[in-house]
Amino acid sequence: MKVSKEEYKTMSDKASPGSPYVKDIIMAFLVGGLICATGQLLANLYVSMGLELKDARSWVSITLIALSALLTAFGVFDNIAKFAGAGTLVPITGFANSIVAPAIEFKSEGRIMGVGAKMFIIAGPVLVYGITASVLYGFILCIFRLY
Amino acid sequence: MPERIGKYTMRFKNPPSILGYASVVGKKEGEGPLGKLFDLCHNDTSLGETSWEKAESRLQNEAVNIALDKAGLQNTDMDCIFAGDLLNQCISSTFGLRGLDIPFLGQFGACSTMAQTLSLASIFVESGAARKAAAVTSSHFCSAERQFRFPLEYGGQRTPTAQWTATAAGSVIVGTEEPKEGKKITVQAVTIGRISDLGIKDMNNMGAAMAPAAAQTLTDYLHDTGTSPDEYDLILTGDLGLVGSELMEELLEKENIQISSRHNDCGLMLYDREAQDVHAGGSGCGCSASVLCSTILQQMSQGQLHNVLFIATGALMSPTSSQQGESIPGIAHLVYLKA
Repeated sequence: MKVSKEEYKTMSDKASPGSPYVKDIIMAFLVGGLICATGQLLANLYVSMGLELKDARSWVSITLIALSALLTAFGVFDNIAKFAGAGTLVPITGFANSIVAPAIEFKSEGRIMGVGAKMFIIAGPVLVYGITASVLYGFILCIFRLY
Repeated sequence: MPERIGKYTMRFKNPPSILGYASVVGKKEGEGPLGKLFDLCHNDTSLGETSWEKAESRLQNEAVNIALDKAGLQNTDMDCIFAGDLLNQCISSTFGLRGLDIPFLGQFGACSTMAQTLSLASIFVESGAARKAAAVTSSHFCSAERQFRFPLEYGGQRTPTAQWTATAAGSVIVGTEEPKEGKKITVQAVTIGRISDLGIKDMNNMGAAMAPAAAQTLTDYLHDTGTSPDEYDLILTGDLGLVGSELMEELLEKENIQISSRHNDCGLMLYDREAQDVHAGGSGCGCSASVLCSTILQQMSQGQLHNVLFIATGALMSPTSSQQGESIPGIAHLVYLKA
């Protein structure tokens, strides 16, 4: 072939349609917003039932995680996520899905090397860097408070 | 013995014939435009098995058995089987065919496997190394997803250039006799492709990664044989999809080769791209295998197609090579079929 890698990159970029960003962003905004509004509704409901606000917030997370896990198990979550994109990925729902999906998928390799070892295959990096970042942040805050 | 013409092509002096062929597919493929033409469509993607790997193994086993049946042959009649798939260590082939008791040679050519195994089976038969040889390959959407991408239930979005791995298998039986029914289809020549890499790194754009290999192999074949695309009824590439097909035609135009009037792609034929939401088209070893072993060979057998160049294309990366930032090498092998 007479085409160089640079020329081919230009050709390939031209031939490859990009993701529909405007549609993706609007869907993410709507669905993500809807999930957060649901969270607020649940918080208000739990407070009206007599829970402390702090406890109510924990129960909101628990409810959303349980719902996402259930929807993932029933094979519904990925169909919503296909349209919602970051709308379902960014809230706690995406985190729950990213742990339940591999747990289901790798069941065939057994409880130890399958479910146990592969459960955090997607969420693992989030945990590693999330925890590292929070430790660093805590350390910096601690130093600032000393003076 | 095969005769070498030009640098890359082998022509058969006594072209071997196709004695039988079969295609077995999953639910989505059965619902596609070619649905009625497959030998067996499964309505359950798991085929009732306990793992996706077992389901894919069964696809391959069924494809071979149906092809043998259609050829009026038994497993004991076969001297050799060439088989491959996408899974690590080609387990769909080894586990699917382990009970068949046929001398086995495992192959890896990614999605080009159908052309690779068919080429080898033809070379073996024509050279006298085997009296009858089989070629088979398969892929399964679910087993490929878990090995190459994400768990099935993970809520991600696919890019517009991504292709859908076909749940399908295809098998061809090659020999020297006349086929039981229909016109005799022979393998006239093969061109073994060279690895081509123009630096595409996106695992979700494999059509673009494979297009240069397809263009290169076709150019080599036309140059070696001194023929032009007009001499063939159909130039059939294997799973370049929408993006890859366009790029291949564009690359060939730079070499002054026009194929658009007779070019089609298995990845664009297997599904209704829009209605079945497969983005840029189908892919996987089973894609080109099932399209070849259904509509194409049927049309040739019925006398509607006479000269077909079948060019199956493969992307030779692994999840490890992609994670290490390597680009995707492409391969394409060509088989010239005549009826």
